[in-house]
Amino acid sequence: MSQTNGHHYGYYPGCSVGSTARAYEIANHAIAGKLGLTFEEVEDWNCCGATEYFSLNSIPAYSLVARNLSLAADQGIVDLAVPCSACFLNLHKTDKYMGKFEDLGEKVNQALAAGGLHYDPGTMKIRHLLDVIVEDIGFDAVAEQVSQPLKGLRVAPYYGCLIVRPDSDAGYNPEYPTHLDKLLQVLGATVVDFPLKAHCCGGHMTQISEDVAYELIRRLLANASEYQADAIVTICPMCQLNLDAYQPQVNRMFGTSFNLPVLFFTQVMGLAFGVSEKDVGIGIEIVSAKDALSKIGQEEEPAERKPKRRDKKALPMPPSLS
Amino acid sequence: MPGNSSGSSFFERVMAATPGGDSLRTCLQCGTCGGSCPSGPDMDATPRKLFAMIAANMEEDVLVSNTPWYCVSCYYCTVRCPQEIPITDLMYTLKRMAVQRGHYSKEAHATLSNSFVGFVEQNGRAFEFGLMTRYHLAHHPLKSMNMGGLGFQMMQKGRLSISPERIKNMPQLTAILNEAKRIAAQEV
Amino acid sequence: MSEEKVGVYICHCGHNIAGTVDVEALSEWAGNLPNVAVARDYQFMCSSLGQELVEKDIKEKGLTRVVVAACSPHMHEPTFRKACERAGLNPYLFEMANIREHASWVHPDDKEAATDKAAAIISGAVSRALELEPLEPFIAEIKEPTLIVGGGIAGITAALEIANSGHQVYLVEREPSIGGHMAMFDKTFPTLDCAACILTPKMFDVGNHPNIHLLTYSEVEQVDGYVGNFTVRVRKKARQIDTELCTGCGDCWERCPAKVVDQVFEAGLGYRTAVYRPFPQAVPKYPVIDRDACIYYQKGTCKACEKFCPTGAISFDQEDEFVVLNVGNIILATGFDLFDGRRIPQYGYGRLANVFTNLEFERMSNASGPTNGKMVLRDGVTQPETVAIIHCVGSRDKNYNSHCSAVCCMASLKFAHLVKEKTDAEVYSFYIDMRTSAKNYEEFYHRLMEEGVHFVRGRVAEVTDAARQPGEEGKLIVQAEDTLIGKQRRIPVDMVILMAGLEPRHDAVEVSHQFGIGCSEAGFFTERHPKLDPVATMSDGVFIAGTCQGPKDIPDSVGQGAAAAARVLTLIGQGEVEIEPIRASIDEERCSGCRICNNLCPYGAIDFLADLGVSRVNPALCKGCGTCVAACPSQVIEGQHYTFDSLMSQIEGILYDVRPNGERVGYEPVPAK
Repeated sequence: MSQTNGHHYGYYPGCSVGSTARAYEIANHAIAGKLGLTFEEVEDWNCCGATEYFSLNSIPAYSLVARNLSLAADQGIVDLAVPCSACFLNLHKTDKYMGKFEDLGEKVNQALAAGGLHYDPGTMKIRHLLDVIVEDIGFDAVAEQVSQPLKGLRVAPYYGCLIVRPDSDAGYNPEYPTHLDKLLQVLGATVVDFPLKAHCCGGHMTQISEDVAYELIRRLLANASEYQADAIVTICPMCQLNLDAYQPQVNRMFGTSFNLPVLFFTQVMGLAFGVSEKDVGIGIEIVSAKDALSKIGQEEEPAERKPKRRDKKALPMPPSLS
Repeated sequence: MPGNSSGSSFFERVMAATPGGDSLRTCLQCGTCGGSCPSGPDMDATPRKLFAMIAANMEEDVLVSNTPWYCVSCYYCTVRCPQEIPITDLMYTLKRMAVQRGHYSKEAHATLSNSFVGFVEQNGRAFEFGLMTRYHLAHHPLKSMNMGGLGFQMMQKGRLSISPERIKNMPQLTAILNEAKRIAAQEV
Repeated sequence: MSEEKVGVYICHCGHNIAGTVDVEALSEWAGNLPNVAVARDYQFMCSSLGQELVEKDIKEKGLTRVVVAACSPHMHEPTFRKACERAGLNPYLFEMANIREHASWVHPDDKEAATDKAAAIISGAVSRALELEPLEPFIAEIKEPTLIVGGGIAGITAALEIANSGHQVYLVEREPSIGGHMAMFDKTFPTLDCAACILTPKMFDVGNHPNIHLLTYSEVEQVDGYVGNFTVRVRKKARQIDTELCTGCGDCWERCPAKVVDQVFEAGLGYRTAVYRPFPQAVPKYPVIDRDACIYYQKGTCKACEKFCPTGAISFDQEDEFVVLNVGNIILATGFDLFDGRRIPQYGYGRLANVFTNLEFERMSNASGPTNGKMVLRDGVTQPETVAIIHCVGSRDKNYNSHCSAVCCMASLKFAHLVKEKTDAEVYSFYIDMRTSAKNYEEFYHRLMEEGVHFVRGRVAEVTDAARQPGEEGKLIVQAEDTLIGKQRRIPVDMVILMAGLEPRHDAVEVSHQFGIGCSEAGFFTERHPKLDPVATMSDGVFIAGTCQGPKDIPDSVGQGAAAAARVLTLIGQGEVEIEPIRASIDEERCSGCRICNNLCPYGAIDFLADLGVSRVNPALCKGCGTCVAACPSQVIEGQHYTFDSLMSQIEGILYDVRPNGERVGYEPVPAK
């Protein structure tokens, strides 16, 4: 595979983008061309095991993931772009653990050998798609493509957990990342400083305990509403599914009336780049984005939380880091 | 993950079965994990308490605890732990041990994992529709009717396929997983 | 074969060595090494009986070299050198073999390997001993003045002790005033005396002492020399104030239109002007102009201060000056930096307005601080009704600092008391372990329990403004596991105080290099011995005191300041000191004059003699580090005591068991008779 020249990446789509997160896949490909990104899909990739396989058996779980790493490496892939946070975590973690814990690495390779495969940890850089766009493409190049700024749209950037935790090589803050915030600002959106931006969406708990999961979802929706967001923008299929598809259920359980569309970041990038709604997969969300998107281009209503003129008595705030 | 001698304590076995798990010895019992956990209020013991129980070799009590099953894998505990203990990974270890011991094998949490893994082992890909039907019909027949509404909506939007996708080289994946299971079986 | 007679003494060090290394067998084995006249093992060689053993053998058996195989030479080389000297043997003919740190302690689980390694170390030491030459120590005069770096409570204490005993002190302080962190505090635990009330008299004494030469707003740039005779170059940063003319009247800062947040003395909680005096009791009383904040320096106009100065003391043209000091001893009392609370985003500092640091709170509580001692939220008006104090912020945390910062538990109790005293607020104190181990500290803890503080055992997970349930709106919610209950709790509060930990100064590593002392991985300066020599360093004549050595509270800092002063006074009292004669020397006959060594010497001790075309080492500046010895392409520089021959024969000795084919035989005990 030709690499490093231009922006050519290996691509591991993951199971969700073919089904529940179909919109994500549509949008990813819609913006790729605009940014000069080309993707080479890992051939015959298999499921990363999500959070489930690790709960049952450790070596098979790592081996399941490692088959993908091995196939990708054989394809000559150096940088592997992954749009799904859970897939990103599993691929990244398996690569890291195989190198860090030799015994584990050996056992996984022993299992791979049964399928005629092998993987040397560290062969590839496993990257989340957001990281690729922010770091390799860069805000300037993104800004150049913006033809329909998202002016008037208030968005809550939602990272969820696994893109920044337990660790990413990219060095984003695991508690309060800001790279999605900055990207959305470049698109012209009004970005709210969303306190729960990296809190949990409930993951697979929607399937196991509604009490637990719906409360986690409610907190996120409530906090985003409190900050008067028109939409939540996320980078993870699981987060999108939980916040979008279960929103009506949450409203039913708590007697609330949240109506917050949840979009993928590449969808709103596409809109800002002038791609049609249909071509970035708008319309297949459960909570319709229609009303929210109609605000684009309109004068933003003055936010209620207008910063007060600094009171003479007020004490100075510490400057923010960075 | 060195092999286990049959004489080693529960505490030792939990650590040995977790990459980097040795740091559990240094737990300060500060409660950062329990304080950070989004599903902490629903656990019958906080992770911190569970670690004290593990150190005390209270094997039965630990393995019947619902704590690991309420872990949502958000990794807040892991990144915040002042002793850099891989807490989320320890939860996975405890789930595996509980299943092996026969605890939770019929409970919702483990069945979800089982159904999921079953589809992956069959097709190489996850299969949400199958998961919804198989798992929910088995556990929450009433709820699945309720969920049916959502499922229908998702299907209408083309977000839920009723037939699973399958990878091409299924025999290769099967061979790998079988070998991995054989290795794993030796370990325990 | 040489005529020398070597005595070898192998120490058991109780079980420290003998528990791992077979000392009896080794001593029998060592007796058969070439030139060894006597080999013994003994329980504690450092005991007076052990030393007498050496002395007796020197006298009776005519030993010409002595090897003691025991601990690190840092511990007992001086002990045995003195023993040799007492018995009439030149002390530099003594060699120490470290079989404790280098063998028994590092191989505790492998007795055979440890004994094998000890044998090689001893063999190397014996071979090296044969090549040693008698040396005479240099005698250095101790220059009377002392340099103290850092004008916090530790440095102030040391300065006054030395000055009061009649000796000269140069006190160098980076900031415009002395006083350090203590000057920022409101009260001090556990007695609750006002920090300023007990500190400012001492500051005044320092400022007016005839024996103390105060160099504030100054930094040490370069240090050369050795114990008794250091040459120190100090940069006196331009104050832009003529201190001969300034009366400290305050007209300048009252008229100054440029206001900036004071990140140093007010810990970011208050403002100061561009021309400023950090606080009213500052010593010296003169202000400085902060050029970065001054409108004149930025825009070229203003000069309001100059217009209003009644004595014409403003001097915009003033430039940095350099002072060269000649001192006999140095005390470093450079203090600590506060952990930056913004590094832990989940506590919200810098994002959530009503999260404060401990230093901000000190300033808030201080009657002369930005709020005149009123306890208020960031809006400057509202009094808090609930306050949470979070312990161990950046301390006891491998993600930041592993160490315990030692003062925060007590300071948090003090804060809780101050909150209770000045408001009706409820106080929640979140701790992992409550550490109150000094005189009257535990009693203070009990007092605060009686005052009704809610102590929650659990490290705080996060502070958030995201309300989840009724009662949380508009509050900061502190979320933690109450580990004594085993449940997660969310406690809504108005104000959060972070007990940010004590860190080494950001430039501690550079400073340690500058003064030739060691520092820990974290950056705290390393003492010569953690128990028995806590204020000395591995560099003779350089002492450390206060929090630059490790986190400690005011009483301990004062204790160390006084201790360091006592050590300096001892040296001044002696008047002179012996210095190791370990120096490099250049064989000028063979020196090619390439000058490579000139620039490599870290002490600038090598001069090039242009007329002769050769380099020469100045023994007064040389520290015997050996850099030039290794670098010389002609191999004509020799380090005394570490000569080429002695090092080569030590290596040969270590490889005593290697056959010509390269195979190692290993240690073989002498067969039992």
